[in-house]
Amino acid sequence: MTAAPAAVSVAELEEIARTLRCHVLRMIAAANSGHPGGSLSATEIVCALYFGGVLRHDPAQPLWPDRDRFILSKGHGVPVLYAALAERGYFDVEELWTLRQIDSRMQGHPVQGVTPGIEASTGSLGQGLSIGIGHALAARLDGRDYHTFVLMGDGECQEGQVWEAAMTAGNYRLGSLTAIVDANKFQLDGPVDAINSLAPLDAKFAAFGWRVIEVDGHDIAAVVDALQQARAGTDAPTCIIAHTVKGKGVSFMEHNNEFHGKAPTAEQLAAALESLS
Amino acid sequence: MAQTLALPLGRATREAYGDALLVLGTVNPDVVVIDADLAKSTFSWTFGKQFPDRFFNIGIQEANMVGVASGLASSGKIPFISSFAAFVLCKGFDQLRMGAAYPRLNVKVAGSHGGISIGEDGVSQQSVEDVALACALPGFVVCVPADEHAMRAAVHAAAAHDGPVYLRLGRPKAPIVHEPAVPFAFGKAIQLRDGDALTIVANGLLVSEALLAAEELSAHGIEARVLDMHTVKPLDREAIARAARETEALVVAEEHLHHGGLGSAVAQAASLAAPVPIEYVDLGDQYAESGKPGDLMKKYGMTAAAIVAAAQRVIARR
Repeated sequence: MTAAPAAVSVAELEEIARTLRCHVLRMIAAANSGHPGGSLSATEIVCALYFGGVLRHDPAQPLWPDRDRFILSKGHGVPVLYAALAERGYFDVEELWTLRQIDSRMQGHPVQGVTPGIEASTGSLGQGLSIGIGHALAARLDGRDYHTFVLMGDGECQEGQVWEAAMTAGNYRLGSLTAIVDANKFQLDGPVDAINSLAPLDAKFAAFGWRVIEVDGHDIAAVVDALQQARAGTDAPTCIIAHTVKGKGVSFMEHNNEFHGKAPTAEQLAAALESLS
Repeated sequence: MAQTLALPLGRATREAYGDALLVLGTVNPDVVVIDADLAKSTFSWTFGKQFPDRFFNIGIQEANMVGVASGLASSGKIPFISSFAAFVLCKGFDQLRMGAAYPRLNVKVAGSHGGISIGEDGVSQQSVEDVALACALPGFVVCVPADEHAMRAAVHAAAAHDGPVYLRLGRPKAPIVHEPAVPFAFGKAIQLRDGDALTIVANGLLVSEALLAAEELSAHGIEARVLDMHTVKPLDREAIARAARETEALVVAEEHLHHGGLGSAVAQAASLAAPVPIEYVDLGDQYAESGKPGDLMKKYGMTAAAIVAAAQRVIARR
């Protein structure tokens, strides 16, 4: 059975992250639709999971019972996950360019049972953590040692179901469950703090019985380290709050919420790819 | 009205749900049960006492419960989740859509306290739109068993079925209409009586009312076929087509709103197979109120007498 792929160097991880970002931009430009901002903010997180020696998985057996589970609860960020799955060999990179087209497995939001490697159908925010609890409870019942990771947005944490799940995971002491919050500080309509602030997010998760780790979500070595700490487990679930920048890596998209859900034009794509090279 | 038919009261279908879970737990180690703080009312606690490791009382959070079931099913378990129907369907609907229906997962949903026959607690606890909501979810089996025997069979059928299932459970003791070894399969109506003047298609508590109504009609020389249409989806279209062709008039009786329940399903099926006059016995387009179950069923027109009246109307339209 395949264990976690061997860790690669920080320089190599940064190079892979650049490749993932280029894929994200090309996919969304080809579809002329999609959400660049939240994919770019989550790139190092996804890169660390799939290429940093964190996830135990086997692209040849997407449903291997002992695989670690990764649930993308912020489903609109799926382009970066498709990019990582393609680079890991779950499907061909060429398939990425069919994003959001009819008859494609690259659906606009993740669909379980359609795309290899996708663990849950998401896109209606707030649901992934509950699903992660189900996987973690199944692991406990079956005596399996896989770990379950759930990636959420910070805006997503406004959903009440997130806190139902946070309460439950804390009370059940689900040490095999890790929530990662891609805290890019923006939601569709504007800054999270201006719309309905979650601060202090760390104290909220801690109060629900979680171990909280805060990290710079673009420092890939630090992200790998935080994920490894989480995967090692304790008797409590872990919440990694990854402080990120929406649109990270593309100068005119960074901190620019206009690119929450807008595709780059051909000219913008060329400029973005140029700046990433 | 003069009634000679004796239908002894059996256990409530929610009690039968607990009975069946207990048996399932013994024979199938993959069965996991979750409740949202109504385990003593839904009788999932029957399972919980016997199998504490596979029972989770997740507290008052229906949406999370559905999501957790989605994850359990994705990792190979067969989760049975229960609450009041009004809560799990309404508060968990998006989660059922995304986490059970869309990925066609093996999630079994038991909604207790279906209908207005729960009585005194009133509208907030009376589920009258659950069948419509569940039927709207692609791939769901939607089943409203009439008595304890059908309910036990339905729970085992749900466990054996690969995919999402909704079972409606009732609060009051339910009259026995089936043999203990009832021949039960999802999507297969059970004919309880034959007749040529009309067919009464009913489910849940209205099956016993349909039998009483048929008895009354028979006293007036009108012979009614009675079908227990426990499965609203997939509907037994063959049985509806035969009934429409052979009896040329239908009455549909259910403890549910007029829109989106058994009546809508039967009308769709009949319109495709053999359009015939149909009358409906249901709650209409309104909510009910607090009261004694029998008083409520009478006031809101879901009784044998209402079925008799509907039968007379539909025969007049033939």
